[in-house]
Amino acid sequence: MSKNLRINKNNFIDQTTRISFKFNGQQLFGYKGDTLASALLANNIHLVGRSFKYHRPRGIMTCGSEEPNAIVQIGNDSSLTDPNVRATEIELYEGLEASSQNCWPSVNFDIGGINNFLSPLLPAGFYYKTFMWPASFWEKYEYFIRHSAGLGKAPTKSDPDIYDHQYSHCDVLVVGGGISGIISAKLSAEKGLDTFLIDDKNFLGGSTIYQENEAYKINDIYSNEWLAKEIKSLKNYPNLIIKNRTSLAAFHGYNYLLARENLTDHLSISDRKNKIRQRLWKIRAKKVIIASGSIERPLIFSNNDRPGIILSSSIKKYIDYYGVKTGENISLFTNNDSAYETAISLNKSGVKVNIIVDIRKNSESLIVKEALDLGLKVLWESTVVETQGYKKIKSFEVMKLSEDGNNVIGNKTKHNCDCLGISGGWTPMVHLFTQSGGKLKFRNEDNVFIPDQDKTPPNQISVGSCNGEFKLDEIVTRTIKNLKSFLDLSKTCYDEMKINCPEEKSKRNIWLLPSDKPIGKTKPFLDFQNDSTAKDVKLALREGFKSIEHVKRYTTTGMGTDQGKLSNMHALGIIADTTGTNMGELGTTTFRPPYTPLTFGAIVGRNVGEFFDHTRKTAIHNWHVKNNAEFENVGQWKRPWYFPKNGENMHQAVQRESKAARNSAGILDASTLGKIDIQGTDVSEFLNRVYTNAWSKLEIGKCRYGLMLNEDGMVYDDGVTTRLGENHYIMTTTTGGAANVLSKLEDYLQTEWPELDVYLTTVTDQYSTISICGPNSKNIISKIVPSLDLSDSNFPHMSFKNIKISNVNCRIMRISFTGEHSYEINIQSNYAEDLWIKCMEAGKEFNLTPYGTETMHLLRAEKGFIITGQDTDGTLTPSDLQMDWIIGKKKFDFIGKRSLYRSDTIREDRKQLVGLLTDDPKEVLEEGAQLVENINTKPVEMLGHVTSSYFSPNLNKSIALAVVKSGKKLKGKKLIVPMENKNINVTITDTVFYDKENKRLNA
Amino acid sequence: MFIINCPYCGERDQTEFSCGGEAHIERPKQPTELSDDQWAEYLFMRKNIKGVQFERWNHAHGCRKWFNIIRDTSNDNIHAVYKMGEKPPVK
Repeated sequence: MSKNLRINKNNFIDQTTRISFKFNGQQLFGYKGDTLASALLANNIHLVGRSFKYHRPRGIMTCGSEEPNAIVQIGNDSSLTDPNVRATEIELYEGLEASSQNCWPSVNFDIGGINNFLSPLLPAGFYYKTFMWPASFWEKYEYFIRHSAGLGKAPTKSDPDIYDHQYSHCDVLVVGGGISGIISAKLSAEKGLDTFLIDDKNFLGGSTIYQENEAYKINDIYSNEWLAKEIKSLKNYPNLIIKNRTSLAAFHGYNYLLARENLTDHLSISDRKNKIRQRLWKIRAKKVIIASGSIERPLIFSNNDRPGIILSSSIKKYIDYYGVKTGENISLFTNNDSAYETAISLNKSGVKVNIIVDIRKNSESLIVKEALDLGLKVLWESTVVETQGYKKIKSFEVMKLSEDGNNVIGNKTKHNCDCLGISGGWTPMVHLFTQSGGKLKFRNEDNVFIPDQDKTPPNQISVGSCNGEFKLDEIVTRTIKNLKSFLDLSKTCYDEMKINCPEEKSKRNIWLLPSDKPIGKTKPFLDFQNDSTAKDVKLALREGFKSIEHVKRYTTTGMGTDQGKLSNMHALGIIADTTGTNMGELGTTTFRPPYTPLTFGAIVGRNVGEFFDHTRKTAIHNWHVKNNAEFENVGQWKRPWYFPKNGENMHQAVQRESKAARNSAGILDASTLGKIDIQGTDVSEFLNRVYTNAWSKLEIGKCRYGLMLNEDGMVYDDGVTTRLGENHYIMTTTTGGAANVLSKLEDYLQTEWPELDVYLTTVTDQYSTISICGPNSKNIISKIVPSLDLSDSNFPHMSFKNIKISNVNCRIMRISFTGEHSYEINIQSNYAEDLWIKCMEAGKEFNLTPYGTETMHLLRAEKGFIITGQDTDGTLTPSDLQMDWIIGKKKFDFIGKRSLYRSDTIREDRKQLVGLLTDDPKEVLEEGAQLVENINTKPVEMLGHVTSSYFSPNLNKSIALAVVKSGKKLKGKKLIVPMENKNINVTITDTVFYDKENKRLNA
Repeated sequence: MFIINCPYCGERDQTEFSCGGEAHIERPKQPTELSDDQWAEYLFMRKNIKGVQFERWNHAHGCRKWFNIIRDTSNDNIHAVYKMGEKPPVK
């Protein structure tokens, strides 16, 4: 275990800075620049996790975001721990603690490994098929399934990290900092365009930057040196912004993209303090250049999932970039030229390459020749049929392929190894292209899906290997050529290019390699993370699944956290081969964002805690807080709910407040009511059209209650509107309806009635409203405004006066929502708290009692006044509410009028608003409780439900409002409210319970 | 997410706007003279086309003005934007 597999030569890792970290509790060391994966491999640790279903030992298989196996839990802090992190992506930092997932008791001895031996009993769809019956047992099954399966553990405490959002409106976004991305960024910047270059690594240059081979040359220098110079030259462009550690998450329509920038995950914990962890970039780019590259494909053969089986290009990166040997006796298995690059790199670094198994008949390319010249042994036209080694590969078996490639022939040879590199060719990363709406086409010659030029959304282009160009010379020349037209360039710094590239495009593709054993006896893994094999895909096809989307879901191929970056192409290939379909016709499954997983933190950014939603507070809020108010959320508003005194509970406080308001005086902060200032010469006509009642004759200085409907005839909002002057009104709306009412009125004014001279302005926040009610309200107001004549003749109910309080202009209305003699003062909000305190002082001798929304609701219910949104739910007409009196029958039209006599709205058995009294006056009904007539018939017919219910201290009995079928005709009828453990007897009554004659209004 | 060229403010992100459904459905001048069926036609029936559709949009988080657009609902291509009361510029 303590073997050091690090070689000294390399330019990318800082071997002078040692970093200590822990894996599964073991103290280990790596270097600055390592990923967790490269550091583990340098410590000869391959086994990092167990597979999802069979709990098979799994190792590091790749070196990038496509990693299916090496996913680990980072940290163990209950708020900072991070599950499902790819070891290949996390940069090593001092103090990093990582552990394996999905294994118990440990990754080396996992009890779940028994599933591996049971695997013949666990085919695709096993869970669907087995746990279907009996249905009631599902909850029991689920408990065990959830405990034996699953990936990492989510943190249990809230995330203390800071996340950020930022917008970018660039001319050109370049996604990917490989050679084609660098060329693109430079060409764009050179033209003077504002350019944004992002790459998910902590370095630029992609795989070319560590390709040190004299056969690869650009303008007569090594390709890696040429690229390094180009990267250096990017510094000269102030209009070019480069973001490393930034991964593109989503490419939405019209060049709107989301990218996640990692800012602190590579720092030691102590260096992260008070820094932003991740930033989500919201990018609206005029043009997008996708240079997202390609990833290597595995090969599909039996037991191709053992630790130590690694993509050949990843072996090359570990040796060339990180200076880490993935083994000391490596063999390679390939169907194309790229494994030979790896072989040559290994050879140069002094690592023994035992044999190269190549399924092709031969290859004439220069790079193969170079490998042969180095003395490497190649087994042509052969395939690996089996591998051995439980926790790490020990050996593999090779057989000759038949002429057609469908079978194996001859003798089996066994070869020892401690690492097997596999290369099945390259898959262009077309995820972003398809997310944006682009369509793919299939290129038969090398079995790849590539962007279809004719079906590419405007203002974007794919360049480099994500566009299906895999050879260095193709990548460079075609990128330059395509960008010339895309960016409208005439002359560029890249006009004279000379490129040497020894590779050929020769490839022999066999999706599922043949074996000497029948398919039932082999384990050719397709999706390594979700443990689905070629066998499972074939079974799904036999069971009748035809659509690739269905096969995917049934077998779970491609549904892991890696989203099948490695497995999808092979699954498609096997489906195509088995069903005899052309892959182009078969198509692909849908590529959905995000490309790599996003944290919830990055998605929500700063919008957490108190910033999650706006909180609106009235100008008097601080007084309420100081006076122990309990608050209720009404929309975004914080409204005082009740003001408990001396340890009162809500019921006690509300009873006291309600009595005080009726017996002497109560005061309410009504500032949250919507207020719309309406001006213009046609306001009375406008009000006639939007309210059900008549408004033409409202005099200046008078107020009127109005009911507003939707066009469907259902009650929408209500409130009092006051005529302040000849062409000046102020409308009040419900608290919750304010914004919607304004929008609706604006809509009608702008679109249906543009001829009306009416202007609407919201003044909800500008004015605060203090309401004082009760028999002593008059005495209190006369102390505050001594100059105002409060007599009924001068200031009757439903009228308003302009007044001054301490030299501040105010409006005072005599309107009532409680049925008591009552005033509402509207004052500029910045003076409101001062006025409130003045009122409290003036009211002291009258026991002026502040009350909240609960008491307000109780008092209005005693009077049978509705609250839209509580007693109404968008299905009640004015007539249903027994408010026929408010419908201006003589009016030509108003919003919703025609709907009031549709066949459905004139039905007599509609639900209608009624009052309810319980037979036991102490029994308070639950709001929402159902009303029935006969409890014994089945099914029990529900006649309606309770909408408002209170214990009235002023009547000393329980009262309620309800909607009941044909309720208007049922006065006096006995009904039952069935509850969980009792039936409550109630009687239908009138909706007004208190002061039916409205005597108190003028008391 | 597409961009809408508000006739009053210029190009803005779609998130600033709200859609008010199908355009050019005029409120009947004399609703009381309509039959239940005719009124229901105005009140409830909307085309909801996959393809080119005439729509009302409101710059809700901007100038709050209503206007019309012609949008292909299958790909969000906007063919035209025009003010309330104006004739559609293209068919």
